[in-house]
Amino acid sequence: MSAGPGNRSTNTEPWGSFDENLIQGGSSAVIDMENLDDTSGSSFEDMGEMHQRMREEEEVAAEAAAAEDHTPEDGDFLGMKGIKGQLGRQVADEVWQAGKRQASKAFNLYANIDILRPYFDVEPVQVRSRLIESLIPVRMINFPQKIAGELYGPLMLVFTLVAILLHGMKTSGTIIREGTLMGTAIGTCFGYWLGVSSFIYFLAYLVNAQITMLQTLSLLGYGLFGHCLVLLVTYNIHFHFLFYFLWLLLGGLSTLRMVAALLSRTVGQTPRLLLCGTLALLHMLFLLYLHFTYHRIVEELLDSLEGAANMVPIQRVARDVPQVALNATARSLETLLMTH
Amino acid sequence: MAAEEASRQLAGLSEVSISEDIPVEGDISLPMGSSRRDDEFSTLDEPVKETILRDVRAVGNKFIHVLYPKRSSALLRDWDLWGPLLLCVTLALLLQGGAADSDDQGGPQFAEVFVIIWFGSIIITLNSKLLGGTISFFQSLCVLGYCILPLTVAMAVCRVVLVGGTGAVSFAVRLAVVTASFGWSTFASTAFLADSQPPNRKALVVYPVFLFYFIIGWIILTFSPSQ
Repeated sequence: MSAGPGNRSTNTEPWGSFDENLIQGGSSAVIDMENLDDTSGSSFEDMGEMHQRMREEEEVAAEAAAAEDHTPEDGDFLGMKGIKGQLGRQVADEVWQAGKRQASKAFNLYANIDILRPYFDVEPVQVRSRLIESLIPVRMINFPQKIAGELYGPLMLVFTLVAILLHGMKTSGTIIREGTLMGTAIGTCFGYWLGVSSFIYFLAYLVNAQITMLQTLSLLGYGLFGHCLVLLVTYNIHFHFLFYFLWLLLGGLSTLRMVAALLSRTVGQTPRLLLCGTLALLHMLFLLYLHFTYHRIVEELLDSLEGAANMVPIQRVARDVPQVALNATARSLETLLMTH
Repeated sequence: MAAEEASRQLAGLSEVSISEDIPVEGDISLPMGSSRRDDEFSTLDEPVKETILRDVRAVGNKFIHVLYPKRSSALLRDWDLWGPLLLCVTLALLLQGGAADSDDQGGPQFAEVFVIIWFGSIIITLNSKLLGGTISFFQSLCVLGYCILPLTVAMAVCRVVLVGGTGAVSFAVRLAVVTASFGWSTFASTAFLADSQPPNRKALVVYPVFLFYFIIGWIILTFSPSQ
C-alpha cells in the first residue's frame, strides 16, 4: 500500500503509526498510560488518593448493584425494613464519607510541608556568605539590621553540631545510662536551638523588640557556626588554653554579631541590657558546657598528671599531656591495648 | 452462475479505497494505569518461589546499580524498600556485639542504628523536597537506603579486620576502607538524587547526604568489639 497524500511521517509501516495519531490528536482513542511520566512530582498522597477514588468507585458500583438485587427480595416488609436497611446504610455511608473528608482535610493542612517551602529558598552562595557574616559583628545599632529569615542554614548547622558532639562524646568515652548517645546529642542541640530561640523571642515580645520568631531561629542557628568551629578544633586538639582562646574569639564574635542585631531592634536601656545580656550569657555558657561536659574525665586527670610524667595505666584516655595530642581515637586504642 | 455473481460483487469491492492514515488492522489495546493491580490478582496462581525470586531479582538488580553508579533511572522508576530494610537490619546486626553488657556502651543499640538511618533518610528527603526537588518521597528513601550498601560492606570488612586485632595498623586499614566506602555511598546517591534538583542548588542537597553517610561511617569506624 502506498503512502497517502500529504503524509509527513517518516514511518515505514504501511498503516501509519500511533505516534502520528497522537500528534494529530483527533482520530484515535489510544493513550498509552505507560508513556506518561507519572514519577515526577507525584507524592504518595496522590497515589493513595487515586487508589482510594478507584476503590470508592468500585464500592459505589458494588453498592448500587447490591441495592438493586436486594430490594425485590424483601417482599412483604419492603415498606419498613427495606427502607430502614437502605436508610441505615446510606446514613452510615454519609458519616463515613464526612469523617474521611475531615481527616484528609486536617492531614493536608498540618502535614503540608509547603508551609515551610519559602524558608528553604536559598542559593549556596547566600548560605556561604551568611555563614561568614555570622562571625562579623556589624556596628550599626541605630537602624534595624537585616536578619535573613531562612531555615536551611540553621538546620544544617544544628545537624553538623550534632555530628561533632557525637564525635566528642565518643572520644571522651561518655557513658549514657538512661538513653542513647545519639538521642542525647540531638536533644541537646535541638533543645538549645529551639528552646533558646523561643525564650529570646518571648523576652523580645515582653520588651517590645522588633523581631519575629523566624528571625530569632535564624539568628541563633547561624550563631552556632562559631560553636561548630570551636568544638571541631578542640575535640581533637586537647589544649586548654587553645580552647579558652577560641571560646573568647569565635564565641565572642558570633555573640557580638547576634547582640548587635538585637540591639539595633530594641529601644531603651533596660530592655537592651536584659535581652542582649541573656543571649550573650546563654550562648557563651552553651559552648563552655559542650566542651566541658564531655571532658569531665580529663579534668580529674589534669591534677594527677601535673606531677606525674607517665600515663596512668588504669585510667581512661589521658589527653592533657603537655604535648599536643592530635587524634584521641588512635591514642585511646593504644591505651586499650595497654590495659588489656 | 453463482460464482460469477460472487466474483462480480467481489470485483466491486476492490474499488473501495481505505485511507492510509486510519489503522485498520492490528491490536488496539488500552493499558490502564491500574494494570499493576490486575497483575497482582493474576499472580496469585504462580508458585511462591517465582514470586519471591522476582522480588529478589529486582533487589539484586538495584544493588548492582549502586555498585556501578551511572546515570540510570532504574532505581527511581521501580522503587522498593526491601533493599534498604535488608541493609539496615544487616548493618544494625553487625554493629551489635560491641560491649553488650549494660555497664559499658561500646556500640550503638539496634534501635539506635535503625532510627538514625530511617529518620536521617526522611529528613534528607524532606529537605530535598523543600528545596524544590522533583523526586517523590519513597523514591528518595529508596535511593538513600540502597546507597548504604558500600558502608555495610565496609562494616563486614571491619569486623573481619577487628578479629585480627585492634592495633594502629588495623585502625589505618579500617579508616581507609570506611573512608572509601563513605565516598562511594555519597557519590552513588548524588548520581541519582542530584538530577532531580535545579542545577545551582545541588550543593544544598548533597551536604545533608554527606553528613548522613559521614555519621554512619563514623559509627562504623568507632565500633569496638567486646572482649
